[in-house]
Amino acid sequence: MTDDDVDRIDRNRRHFLTVATVVTGAAGAGLASIPFLASLRPSARAQALGAPVEVPLGSIQPGEMVRVLWRGRLVFVLRRDEGMLARLPETIGELRDPDSAVVDQQPDYAANETRSIKPEWLIIEGSCTHLGCAPLEDFDPRPVEGWGGGFFCPCHGSKFDLAGRVYKAVPAPTNMRVPPHRFVRDDLILIGQDTGAA
Amino acid sequence: MARVEAEVGKRPEGVWGGLIKWIDDRFPMTETLKYHATEYYASKNFNWWYVFGVLAFVVLAIQLISGIFLTMNYKPAAVDAFASVEYIMRDVEWGWLIRYLHSTGASFFFIVVYLHMFRAMLYGSYKKPRELIWLIGMMIFFVLMAEGFAGYLLPWGQMSYWGAQVIISLFGAIPVVGDFLVETIRGDYSISDITLNRFFALHVIVLPLTLIGLVFVHIVALHEVGSNNPDGIEIKKNKDASGKPVDGVAFHPYHTTKDLVAIIVFLMLFFAVVFFAPDMGGMFLEHANFEPANMTATPEHIAPVWYYTPYYAILRAVPDKLWGFILFALSVLLPVFLPWLDRSRVKSIRYRGWMYKTALTTFVITFITLGWLGLQPATGTYVLLARIFSVLYFAFFLLMPYYTAKDKTKPVPERVVYHG
Repeated sequence: MTDDDVDRIDRNRRHFLTVATVVTGAAGAGLASIPFLASLRPSARAQALGAPVEVPLGSIQPGEMVRVLWRGRLVFVLRRDEGMLARLPETIGELRDPDSAVVDQQPDYAANETRSIKPEWLIIEGSCTHLGCAPLEDFDPRPVEGWGGGFFCPCHGSKFDLAGRVYKAVPAPTNMRVPPHRFVRDDLILIGQDTGAA
Repeated sequence: MARVEAEVGKRPEGVWGGLIKWIDDRFPMTETLKYHATEYYASKNFNWWYVFGVLAFVVLAIQLISGIFLTMNYKPAAVDAFASVEYIMRDVEWGWLIRYLHSTGASFFFIVVYLHMFRAMLYGSYKKPRELIWLIGMMIFFVLMAEGFAGYLLPWGQMSYWGAQVIISLFGAIPVVGDFLVETIRGDYSISDITLNRFFALHVIVLPLTLIGLVFVHIVALHEVGSNNPDGIEIKKNKDASGKPVDGVAFHPYHTTKDLVAIIVFLMLFFAVVFFAPDMGGMFLEHANFEPANMTATPEHIAPVWYYTPYYAILRAVPDKLWGFILFALSVLLPVFLPWLDRSRVKSIRYRGWMYKTALTTFVITFITLGWLGLQPATGTYVLLARIFSVLYFAFFLLMPYYTAKDKTKPVPERVVYHG
């Protein structure tokens, strides 16, 4: 290349072409990464396996709880007896969110005093809102400790009442989550779906 | 950087010499060997703290070889995983040995790497001009943590499942994108077969490849600036007429021979654990993991393997989800900034004052205590202690610019010093 040739290089055009090439290439690489990233999302099979589950309630006695799996997540179905329901208001002073003000944690129809459609039946995800351990049942009240009965997480010590409402000064930030659900009949619920609910 | 063709000088004669010449004309074999081994000069006064880099390399080799053989019998599916590990233990010829090599190797990897990092803190090996070696080393440490975490899910035991549940849930603490991120990591609405499958891919392909690449650049960066030494002086500043550092000896055969002794001692300890205490009383293989994963019940007492527990104790010390996550992440990240937090004029602890010596001693006690606390239940006194030691942990790093600048240092000698 002679000096004359070098003088005739249009540096602006060269710079523009370089930038245009880099931007186009980066956009292409970005678009090409979409299928790979999207493949990490729940697959069609995972979504199908996440279909709603039916739980018959007939054999559950007052004060008894059963554990079912929905989308591989643990769901507690607790039939609260009268004593349990009566104790719910007693520990309200100890709770962080007694009125279920955090909207993400339950459907609208469960944003009430008992966090349920029917006061007797608590349907709640058995997953601590801190880091997802399964809380243990600890239903017997111990008034001396200010404990009205509820759930205790063995991992990091979070505490919840019999409506899954979180106590103050524990690592879990919010109440336990109420999954979408509806009563198909009086003795049968469907967990995972609430459209068409009565 | 004396990689000049003329220096290659004396070559063996005969057929062997001819073969070497044939290769050298096409690939820089002799040149590379000289640059990285026979003419790589490291300080004469290395002490035993300087064997952990080589030992980390040995453990990496053990993990790669035992890992490859494990994949030949392991099945990365939720219904098969636990049973396939039992099959390896009971039915595969020598399968128990291969698995115990791998599980013991995981813990020894962290023992060796923690000691290797502590050596850098003792002798200021992260200080200029070795900041990049330290940064690459920290990246190796993070990949190693991810590798250990992904690997721990594979046996699909109770602790595999619930440990992964807890750690993946950590990302749920991130505002706005948290839940989306967690679902994308798991690939499902809970930890499932899908999660296990992809963790297998991460554990045997993505992370080991990254690890090997990072180890390679770690060594390239080290050989560019040269190794530090217990006196923290630059041996390259003092060269003889032939251009070789007067305080240095060739890595091969001098340091390699000494390293061989360290490797033998290391392997004696390593195999003592493999043969006589592979679960190390629940420290290396947690008891809850001898039970298959059960989605409906968290083990009574959940704790990560010992090498994560210092950070886990910090996480649990905070009674708030988001802040717990932030401080946990910060505790893992802070050592990255050591080269810039340390304002001391000298590198080695030999010439530092009482302030850094006190700080480092406190830090070692803090780190070990936090590690112990992370294994205990999160109740009363333990939480209080975890809070106190968390404060000490952060104080070591955050106050470092102050106390290292203030500390009275001793004069550094011109030449390396021997101690006994």
